[in-house]
Amino acid sequence: MDPTLLDDYKRPFLELSQLGKTYPTPRGPAVILKDLNLRIRKGEFIALIGHSGCGKSTALSMIAGLNSVTEGVMIMDGKEIDGPGPDRGVVFQSPCLLPWMTAFENVMLGVNQVYFHVSRRERRTIAEHYLQRVGLGDAMHKRATDLSNGMKQRVGIARAFALDPKMLLLDEPFGMLDQLTKYELQDVLLGLWGKDQKTALMVTHDVDEAIFLADRVVMMTNGPAAKVGDILEIDYPRPRDRHALLADANYYRYREHLIGFLENCELEKEKIAREKAENAASKKAKEPTLV
Amino acid sequence: MLHKITHILDKAGLAWISPVVRLCAGENPREQGRQIFRLIGVPLIAILLFLGAWAVIAPKVETNVGTLPGPAAVWEQAGGLWQDHRAERERRAEFYAAQEQRRAAFEERFPDREWTAREYSGRPTYIHQIVTSLKTVFMGFFFASAFAIPIGIICGMSKTVYTAVNPLIQIFKPVSPLAWLPIVMILVAALYTTDNPMFERAFLSSAIVVALCSLWPTLINTAVGVASIDKDHLNVARVLKLSWHTKVIKIIIPSSLPYIFTGLRLSLGVGWMVLIAAEMLAQNPGLGKFVWDMYQSSSSQTLSLILVAVFTIGLLGFLLDRIMLTLQQLVTFDESSV
Ligand SMILES: Nc1ncnc2c1ncn2[C@@H]1O[C@H](COP(=O)(O)OP(=O)(O)OP(=O)(O)O)[C@@H](O)[C@H]1O
Ligand SMILES: [Mg+2]
Repeated sequence: MDPTLLDDYKRPFLELSQLGKTYPTPRGPAVILKDLNLRIRKGEFIALIGHSGCGKSTALSMIAGLNSVTEGVMIMDGKEIDGPGPDRGVVFQSPCLLPWMTAFENVMLGVNQVYFHVSRRERRTIAEHYLQRVGLGDAMHKRATDLSNGMKQRVGIARAFALDPKMLLLDEPFGMLDQLTKYELQDVLLGLWGKDQKTALMVTHDVDEAIFLADRVVMMTNGPAAKVGDILEIDYPRPRDRHALLADANYYRYREHLIGFLENCELEKEKIAREKAENAASKKAKEPTLV
Repeated sequence: MLHKITHILDKAGLAWISPVVRLCAGENPREQGRQIFRLIGVPLIAILLFLGAWAVIAPKVETNVGTLPGPAAVWEQAGGLWQDHRAERERRAEFYAAQEQRRAAFEERFPDREWTAREYSGRPTYIHQIVTSLKTVFMGFFFASAFAIPIGIICGMSKTVYTAVNPLIQIFKPVSPLAWLPIVMILVAALYTTDNPMFERAFLSSAIVVALCSLWPTLINTAVGVASIDKDHLNVARVLKLSWHTKVIKIIIPSSLPYIFTGLRLSLGVGWMVLIAAEMLAQNPGLGKFVWDMYQSSSSQTLSLILVAVFTIGLLGFLLDRIMLTLQQLVTFDESSV
């Protein structure tokens, strides 16, 4: 491995160590994450995959500072994360724009906050720039309610990038979109990410999306007490071409690897469930029957 | 276009006009005819039945100020009140015209002396009393909103504050205006002691009582609206580290506006209802005082005049409610689609 790369890992941009999350529930504490360790280099694009309910969103919202940490520490750029802030742009699964504002105003809300030191004209230019970059040049003064889902998510992306954050956190941003819109937005996202050299962490369900976008794909084990199960390095040069990728022999190896991991998790889960059931059954059999 | 018009009519609470509009646009006459009958014909028949029953029963009810007046007598009195107002207006115009003439003559004769104009001091007519009532209720409504919306927002944002304030709300909410009025009148008399008062004391007392009784729906609805803001929207505020002030202005108020307006509409309704009682006791020269004075005068017209007031109060209350309803629907955005 490249020695400079190793150096990068020694001083990562974002480091999660021994991260844990436990929710108190009526039926006792529920351990969602336990001993989650992850190091992310500056400018890296990480895709996070795992089965539904394993705690991906939980991990992401903890990094965003929107969810409290039960155990462990998160260090970003040399500082411990404690609470949300505009240095981490978040793109939610549902775009959650403010419906009473236009697309432009939604972006301006953040821009005003981050660029409070520049003139109003400049702030407007920044917001317009990012809206144009996501392809909303003509629709930026429409009310958020009047936009299609894909357009809303474009605004969501523009809003996150316009903050000029150090890091981007995306939680299944394209989950609700049709395939074509999804491809389009993936390109938009990669374009912005490549130009601004942000560090990005994106949760996704889509194995192909993960391979196409990410430098590394992080696989989480099934919950409860989920942690990082495996990491796959995607060794393709950028800018990437979707069609060239599909023609590549490695592509299917990557795909097999990821799907294999997910299937394995599923088998594991079934095995645990079966053992549990058997245990319970044998216990019952051993119990003395009342006469 | 047609769809837009009928949509606006629906929003303005005038849904019953839309079939007429559709009919004029030549849309399915048979169906529109049925709709017109259902939305306009049926209520009209009900009103006619009511008037008929009233006309039949009223003459049979004897009171010590004559028999109960029927619809015709009441209508006649309403016309009379309107005539009164017109006559009064004319007298006023004549007074000022005459004064203007005198002033011209005076200035001609004594160019170096100052002319002192006099105000016309006619008695307030029924229309003036309506205007006074409306002013009073809006003043009270303004006080109530100015108090209830900020407090409601704070209650909605902080569970602790809400828990602290809730018992007070529950205790004061059911208090009748008649209980508030004496205290308010005494306090106003004691505290509002300027030589050149901007408001009459009676006016101020009535308005404050209206405010005290009508602020609760706004307060409670605002608190509920703020407390039920979409968590995602608040997360946006947290990620952006919006200041408290920006958060309230840009996120909390806009998203709870539909709730706030629902509260305001209920408040105005309560305020209008309470107003008449407050005016009666405080002797504020509005509709309440009118009813009270008529009752005191016990002439043969007493009952019909009071009935005119009853219908006026009802119709104005209905109108205010419609206005608020329209405003409320204008600020309600379709949140489900975002
Ligand atoms: N407030 C909470 N209290 C208790 N349990 C919670 C709470 N929030 C989430 N959970 C549980 O935590 C687990 C992980 O949830 P999370 O939303 O992070 O999953 P996910 O990996 O994002 O799933 P998906 O892919 O479906 O979005 C789930 O089992 C969920 O039931
Ligand atoms: Mg999730």
